[in-house]
Amino acid sequence: MEPDSDNIRNLNDLNGILKISFKDDIIDSLINNNELDILVQKNAIKPIVKFLRNDSNSLFTQLIDIFAVDYPEKQKRFQIIYRLLSMTHNQRLLVRVDLSDGESIESISEIFSNSNWFEREVWDMYGVLFSGHPDLRRILTDYGFEGHPQRKDFPLTGYLELRYDETEKRVVYDKVKLDQQFRNFDFLSPWEGAEHAHNQVTLPGDEKASNDG
Amino acid sequence: MMAESFSDKDDKYTVNFGPQHPAAHGVLRLVLEMSGETIDRVDPHIGLLHRGTEKLIEHKTYLQAVPYFDRLDYVSPMNQEQAYALAVESLLGITIPKRAEYIRILFCEITRILNHIMNIAAYAMDVGAMTPFLWTFEEREKLMGFYEEVSGSRMHAAYVRPGGVARDLPIGLTDRIFSWSNGFEKILDDIEGLLTDNRIFKQRTVDIGIVSKKEALDWGFTGPNLRASGIPWDLRKSQPYDSYEDMDFDIPIGKNGDCYDRYLVRVEEMRQSIKIINQSINSLPSGPVKLIDNKINPPKRSDMKTSMEALIHHFKLYTEGYHVPAGEVYRAVEAPKGEFGVHLISDGSNKPYRCRIRAPGFTHMQGMDFMLRGHMLADVPAVLGSIDIVFGEVDR
Repeated sequence: MEPDSDNIRNLNDLNGILKISFKDDIIDSLINNNELDILVQKNAIKPIVKFLRNDSNSLFTQLIDIFAVDYPEKQKRFQIIYRLLSMTHNQRLLVRVDLSDGESIESISEIFSNSNWFEREVWDMYGVLFSGHPDLRRILTDYGFEGHPQRKDFPLTGYLELRYDETEKRVVYDKVKLDQQFRNFDFLSPWEGAEHAHNQVTLPGDEKASNDG
Repeated sequence: MMAESFSDKDDKYTVNFGPQHPAAHGVLRLVLEMSGETIDRVDPHIGLLHRGTEKLIEHKTYLQAVPYFDRLDYVSPMNQEQAYALAVESLLGITIPKRAEYIRILFCEITRILNHIMNIAAYAMDVGAMTPFLWTFEEREKLMGFYEEVSGSRMHAAYVRPGGVARDLPIGLTDRIFSWSNGFEKILDDIEGLLTDNRIFKQRTVDIGIVSKKEALDWGFTGPNLRASGIPWDLRKSQPYDSYEDMDFDIPIGKNGDCYDRYLVRVEEMRQSIKIINQSINSLPSGPVKLIDNKINPPKRSDMKTSMEALIHHFKLYTEGYHVPAGEVYRAVEAPKGEFGVHLISDGSNKPYRCRIRAPGFTHMQGMDFMLRGHMLADVPAVLGSIDIVFGEVDR
């Protein structure tokens, strides 16, 4: 999308309205890629989403997506992202909420019916609980699955695998056994020059150089 | 299908539909709570095709992630590659050559037809019409031939890549597509002749699974399912990407939001797609089909034989891959099934930190419950067919 000055002006107005209406509930806001992007307090998620849907300045009548991102090194490791779309104003908007492990957040299923499955997916994949959700079951993983696979500390290969056992004549679960380890080679190099090198983690082998002093 | 439990007191019982059922369009298990023949509640159990695509992509370089997008909605691969490519391109801050944009449009519209004829044929077969399935598969075969000509692969093309498309069109392909598209209008008329005024087809679809405008918004419907409810919203018009703003086409909408309207919208969309295909062929610009930047696109094979620089670039691209500046971006395309979006979070390394895939089918599948309440058991395949579900993208 090309930056559109009218749109940016409208988003700035909307940002101002939100700041007046919700004050301290809005921790941070910015306009990025033609979208308003706001970080809010956990308790404010329901009133803010409701306001955004109903207010004539915003009319974000569609909930496009809810998903989570895991940053294990942060104290509030999960970020839940709500993506809304206003067809009237042709705008998109992001609402973010930071949560620590074990914290729950209010479900918005009373406001948008389709948040039901999105919230189930976030629960399934990240283990974030949604209070007031009508039916918080796992959705994508197997019946009886344990763990939350999209957390960064969950291994890519998982723990269990399924196979048909010829002697028992049924499907059984086994510990994952791979003939070859998952190959995750480290190809990091300062190939693209110094300007890219500074935002990388220490390159493999570099730690030796610094020890030498 | 089999009845799981009966109670003596009333005629309420639970029916298990799937996970293997020819009308389930893949692996879907529906648990239907019924009163007699009438459905009280639908509980879709999805995830039987869950492969953890989003997690896998976090462990692949940006280029290696492309083929995963073919395998989401496997009847419309290129549109999904396009969404991913757009996201990566906007993080890299690059614009691709005009010819590449037109080729993307050409093939995305071919893909739209691929998807819609598949859907209409399978849908018609679910409600009892066999012939359209055979006729449309003949056309699908030709379209997959075009896929093969550009990418070497009939379905999982990996053709649209960040920075452009994989390779230029072979000589004479545009002529072949053009002569096909001229004949396809006639085929569409024939298929419509079998279905549009067919008494049985109309009895099975008219006034079945009605979705009002309000419901369509509340349940996050996008694409043809939203337009069938009468909301003129198409990302190709409202938030044009690549060069869709150059194309002249109309957005068909429905009036009643029932299964029949969803069928009509798709048929009309195919006619519009033909218009777009012809325009993109007629005004196809010349020039390169991918960004001339060997940090993102591989050098020519012939250069690699003589140039050390080219050889190094090739080696580094296919091992380390390119680094994408840290940042976040969301790009959405109007895939044949609705809004398909990719939210990419980059930490500056050569692999995405998080790649969220917003698949339209996920929300449509969720709508099964409210659409089917109060309907008869026999309406399940009609509604399921009309909302165009493919489990590759629902389960991801």
